Amino acid sequence: MIEYQNIFTQVQVQGNPDWGMDDQGNNMMAERTFPPRYSTLIGWIGNAQLGPIYLGYFGVISLATGLLWFNIVGLNMLAQVGWDIPEFIRQLFWLALEPPSPEYGLTMPPLNDGGWYIISSFFLLISVLSWWLRTYLLAEQHNMGKHVAWAFLGAIWLFLVLGLFRPILMGSWSEAVPYGIFPHLDWTTAFSIRYGNLYYNPFHCLSIVFLYGSVLLFAMHGATILAVTRQGGDRELEQIIDRGTASERAGLFWRWTMGFNATMEGIHRWAWWFAVLTPVTGGIGILLTGTVVDNWFIWAQEHHFAPAYDGSYGYEAYNGGGN
Amino acid sequence: MFPKWFDDWNAKNPTNIFGPAILVGIVGSAVFAAAFFVSVGQPYATASTQTGPRGTGMSIPEFKYVLAEGDPTIEDYYTDDPIVPSAGDPLAKDIYENVQVLGDLTEDNFNRLMNAMTAWVSPEQGCAYCHGDGDLETYGEDNLYTKVVSRRMIEMTQNINESWDGHVNANGEVGVNCSTCHRGQNVPSEIWFKNTPVLNTNMAGWSANQNRATSTSQATSLPSDQLEKYLLDYEQITVHDLESRVAGSPGDGETRTIQHTERTYSLMNYFSNSLGVNCNFCHNSRAFYDTEQVTPQWGTASLGISMVQELNNEYLVPLAEVLPEDRLGPVHGDAPKLACKTCHKGYQQPYQGLNVIADWPELATTETPEYE
Repeated sequence: MIEYQNIFTQVQVQGNPDWGMDDQGNNMMAERTFPPRYSTLIGWIGNAQLGPIYLGYFGVISLATGLLWFNIVGLNMLAQVGWDIPEFIRQLFWLALEPPSPEYGLTMPPLNDGGWYIISSFFLLISVLSWWLRTYLLAEQHNMGKHVAWAFLGAIWLFLVLGLFRPILMGSWSEAVPYGIFPHLDWTTAFSIRYGNLYYNPFHCLSIVFLYGSVLLFAMHGATILAVTRQGGDRELEQIIDRGTASERAGLFWRWTMGFNATMEGIHRWAWWFAVLTPVTGGIGILLTGTVVDNWFIWAQEHHFAPAYDGSYGYEAYNGGGN
Repeated sequence: MFPKWFDDWNAKNPTNIFGPAILVGIVGSAVFAAAFFVSVGQPYATASTQTGPRGTGMSIPEFKYVLAEGDPTIEDYYTDDPIVPSAGDPLAKDIYENVQVLGDLTEDNFNRLMNAMTAWVSPEQGCAYCHGDGDLETYGEDNLYTKVVSRRMIEMTQNINESWDGHVNANGEVGVNCSTCHRGQNVPSEIWFKNTPVLNTNMAGWSANQNRATSTSQATSLPSDQLEKYLLDYEQITVHDLESRVAGSPGDGETRTIQHTERTYSLMNYFSNSLGVNCNFCHNSRAFYDTEQVTPQWGTASLGISMVQELNNEYLVPLAEVLPEDRLGPVHGDAPKLACKTCHKGYQQPYQGLNVIADWPELATTETPEYE
């Protein structure tokens, strides 16, 4: 039983690599690449088989346009340090490809003042949407539900709000997020400060609830399944349609702990919705910021949502000077 | 390795020693760590000052070992008791030539101040740093830029102590003298020059003044021109709308944009580093803009902003005409300028609140000094 008390997967299957079926008459076999092989290291955290990858049209388009975006951003950063490689490495986390200055509105700016940003963003948009189409079409080809695609679309919604919908509503591409390590973090902080503290944005609150809720659900579910694996609980799909002692014990555990338990099927719906609602509510909150509400703290006061203090500021404790 | 009887006994009595070994190891380590911290104490203990209502997290935490060390330059601080003048003492303007600012001082106090200034500003070069290598008779000449700058800086010091009393003496008499900035150096540390557009940028607009680790950006990727815009050009620091909904668009010139916000953030970060404090020293971070929720220090700091704007524009920028090229900025050839850190050097009060003006009444006023 000790093998289930380990962070690494203890059971590895290695043998003849599986290429997957090719029974749909849609030429999928021909578009599979990277001959599969086995890796014990990979097997510790997942399936030991690496590859093959099915690219297809949209995979190729997505990789090509994504690479173009990546290179445009990188070369712009390199140009900003005078094509000096050591300086590029030294300042890499500081450098960014910034959106256009505000005076250009929604027009095409000069290349060195956001023009490259617009061009690269166009490629990134195609890349991300192609990857989404890929998740949709691959699910269809496998006769699967489209749950992954719709969940991914939740994340894309937030991405589009930040880089496309909100800038258009604000009337300026300057509202988009810069491409850079530290600069995009600066943007995030400044965005919250500019609009009077995003913590008072109720959709931001909801997004945090779903984010932390996702984490909690993930931990609870993972722990529960590992805990009842010795009773066959790792065969979750069988347990959904033919509830066995693993499900009974897991359900009993939670019902006795907190009076309520999910089901083998329902817990996955909980997890899916919590994960999806994180970017969906977050995106709504971003979209409303600067367009509908310009100061969330004042908005929160108007809606009796931000508490007032009783006036005991305690200034006398440090008013005599400091260090 | 072991005797045969031992190996036999072992083989007959298989025992899981890993469980107990791990248990003993963990418990033993925990006991050791607990004993260590109880006897040695928490090495990174902090002291904190409450700056707002209880339960709101408004406090300034500082490491106790940093507080214990203190400002190392205090030890080297030079001062000298004032000499109370008696009637008939000769005045500097009657004895020396070309004494434009300090002429009404008695000779003794004049020389006492001159002596202190060498300790504060030019301890290595001595009098010659401003007066040249000539004899005493040549000390009236204005041949060296250092002397012309010194005269202006004396006027500036008097102005700070007199007109900006609300800032420099906000929490009791502290004041400033030459050493507040200079600390024994010809040129004070923590001065700043214009440095935007940033080096080699090849970019225009928003990209040209940020995303580079510079001295003015305090090694962040925030805009590097915040001191120039706010502490020299009098630009508007605040970025917030004071109603929940206002009209406007980022390109209209009125609406504060993300970059305005980042620039303000850059200035505030500079403030924090200059004083060794966090945001909560002045602001309630739940509503940075709200002047009804700020601490008393916000008022002192606001006065400081106005003071720095005046000092840069009235005193320092005009010195560009006097200063030699090697004292000017490397990018734009501009005069060196000051800001919070030039005096504060990372402490809430310069010299940690040491009263540097009590002994120097001649630097406290532009009028006749009062000796006691």
